[in-house]
Amino acid sequence: MAKLLVVDQDKCTACRRCELSCSFKHTGEFNPAAARLSVAAFLDDDYYLPVVCQHCDEPACQAVCPAGAISRDEKTNAVVINEDRCIGCRMCIMACPFGAVDYSVAEQKVVKCDLCQGEPECVLNCPWGALEYKEPAGQALGKRLQMARRVQAALREVV
Amino acid sequence: MYGWVGQLLRVNLSSGECRVEKLDPALARDYVGARGLASKILYDEVDPQVDPLAPENKLIFMTGPLTGTMAISASRYNVVTRSPLTGAIAASSSGGYFGGELKYAGFDGIIFEGKATEPVYLWIEDGAYELRPAGELWGKNTHETEEAIKAATCPNARVACIGPAGEKLVRFACVINDKHRAAGRSGVGAVMGSKNLKAVAVRGHGGIKVADGPAFREAVLAALAKIKANDVTHGGLPAYGTGVLVNVINAHGGLPTRNFQTGIFAGASKISGEALAENYLVRKKGCLACPIACGRATLVPRGPYAGHGEGPEYEALWSLGADCGVDDLAAVTKANYLANELGYDPISFGATLACAMELYEKGYLPAKDTELPLEFGNAAVLVETARKVGYREGIGDLLAEGSYRLAERYGHPELSMSSKKQEYPAYDPRAFQGIGLNYATANRGGCHVRGYTIASEVLGIPVQTDPHSPEGKAALDKAFQDLTALVDASGMCLFTTFALGAPDIVSMLAPATGVPYTEETALLAGERIYNLERLFNFSAGLTKEDDTLAPRLLAEPMPEGPARGKTSALAQMLAEYYQVRGWDEEGRVTAATMERLGLA
Ligand code: SF4
Ligand code: SF4
Ligand code: SF4
Repeated sequence: MAKLLVVDQDKCTACRRCELSCSFKHTGEFNPAAARLSVAAFLDDDYYLPVVCQHCDEPACQAVCPAGAISRDEKTNAVVINEDRCIGCRMCIMACPFGAVDYSVAEQKVVKCDLCQGEPECVLNCPWGALEYKEPAGQALGKRLQMARRVQAALREVV
Repeated sequence: MYGWVGQLLRVNLSSGECRVEKLDPALARDYVGARGLASKILYDEVDPQVDPLAPENKLIFMTGPLTGTMAISASRYNVVTRSPLTGAIAASSSGGYFGGELKYAGFDGIIFEGKATEPVYLWIEDGAYELRPAGELWGKNTHETEEAIKAATCPNARVACIGPAGEKLVRFACVINDKHRAAGRSGVGAVMGSKNLKAVAVRGHGGIKVADGPAFREAVLAALAKIKANDVTHGGLPAYGTGVLVNVINAHGGLPTRNFQTGIFAGASKISGEALAENYLVRKKGCLACPIACGRATLVPRGPYAGHGEGPEYEALWSLGADCGVDDLAAVTKANYLANELGYDPISFGATLACAMELYEKGYLPAKDTELPLEFGNAAVLVETARKVGYREGIGDLLAEGSYRLAERYGHPELSMSSKKQEYPAYDPRAFQGIGLNYATANRGGCHVRGYTIASEVLGIPVQTDPHSPEGKAALDKAFQDLTALVDASGMCLFTTFALGAPDIVSMLAPATGVPYTEETALLAGERIYNLERLFNFSAGLTKEDDTLAPRLLAEPMPEGPARGKTSALAQMLAEYYQVRGWDEEGRVTAATMERLGLA
């Protein structure tokens, strides 16, 4: 199975090193506004979630693209935009349920995560392993264990 | 320019005029940025004798060349001005996200001059700027202010503001950004209040360029690996926050308790970082670009002190806890939330309350002057005064003047635990000789983050030195003070130095800026900054007499614990310190030293 960006929300500290390194890799500048991923940090709720492209099995962006500019990279399994074909209609932005495709003001084009050709810069720079590049199988294991712990705690209170 | 954006915004609040200025590359090279560059501007433009709260004083916000990049923990900006607490130069550093955003919006820094006739705030978006009326924000706390400004500008704006404490000129009021991050010490928030400036809000979509991308990236990744391999930066600090130190310092007998009457607090473990993690920690949090994540998002779920916010940090756990004799963690946490919301420094507040408590218990501060029983250990009094001081209400009005002015008013200035009228942080100089020397000499008065010798004296970083011995502490202090000035100027956080040294910092600073800094020239910049601050202070009227400690620390031996019987050997260390600094016997920067540092 192909590798993807796997997010562990609990480990994220809202440091945005991922955004900084992603923008640097793709634009040569440090500019969170140009990053291909964003950390949705609801600081008042202590809830931080890195939102990344899921490189979906059936990408909505690809389906909607009138120019056939979006395809899957054979080597990395990333869903990528072919710049030469893109007509800049921004339909893909509308179609993506995660907001993973965006228009970059700095670069004047539509951009999205391309998994850095198989060497994701964000993963390299995340200090806590909140982002991992791996096969998504087993992604829910941590949550299952937490859930089991919660059940255990609840049972202790009632029985 | 690389690293630096290359632009400053000068705002004259009296006339309402704003002007964009080019950053002088030679000045940037010599003073690096943030604390360094802002101090240079203050030194050049402001009469050191100016009344700190008069329009003629200036208030300078400045980032460093690494701020906003992915250099390790490069989130920081500094606020520099003449301090209303000390009369010395104040440079207060803060993290969060504000500093980076200011650069993305197109500016390295902002120089505020004059005084607005009505309350205003400054809004900067992608190079555009505007002073807006802030009459409706006046009186609001820092959280309400940030929310109101985001609603009026942009939900993604970053806001640095003052609370009621800054408006009411509490002498230790701070500037708060991102709700929980503070340019905390020396009363920079009061200067902001004196100018009728409620807030600065910024939003930007611009990028920061570096000179040599591949070299910079490689240096950052190498430094990141060091941070992740270090027990402090990737162990103790993220797990327990800075509060990890409470038990450690208490075990050394150097956790100042009840206004420094002893160095051991029986309730230490109850107010430790471990206790905070167990009871109230929701999750750890890092500032922009920070892989350490010492930030504590916390929640007190129920009880009289229920609340939500961040912290307390080690210093606040101590000042509001041990120093006031309070071991109720919920009350300490609540008082810390109030400090953030009302906008003042919890170190100076806690230490001032502790001073008031000693004055009260000794009968010097009469009960008729306070409606509250100011006895050590009273949690309710702690929380009540924490609120009152923010509004200068009743006894809060007296506390708002800081411990020195308070103690002097009641005829016992010796009971103020301060240097240059600024309250000490959480290390007793009788237990750690090096930090005492730093308290006495630090340019902004009693302060630990100018030369944090505790790293060496307690944690053995970079080498273990004997905390009880004054030997070699003069050179150690100088080395830490110069390195710290460099770190502060670069835009990085001081905590990185638990794992990183000058070579690591230079390995990022040089490729980022394109200036061929070497370890030697970069540390020389740190020394230059330190000496420039000293020159400002002496022109402001400070002298050798101000390089001292509270009499208690020099004359009253530590009563118990590992440091029992010890006093600070300041006189011995100070003479040696002047020598290694290249100052004369009166503590003045000599012509030769000025020459060597390019300050002549
Ligand atoms: S913006 Fe480009 S990639 Fe996106 S849908 Fe339109 S043509 Fe396709
Ligand atoms: S994998 Fe690469 S492109 Fe995708 S978010 Fe991470 S750094 Fe950006
Ligand atoms: S680098 Fe990792 S911890 Fe930091 S914001 Fe991104 S995902 Fe979260």
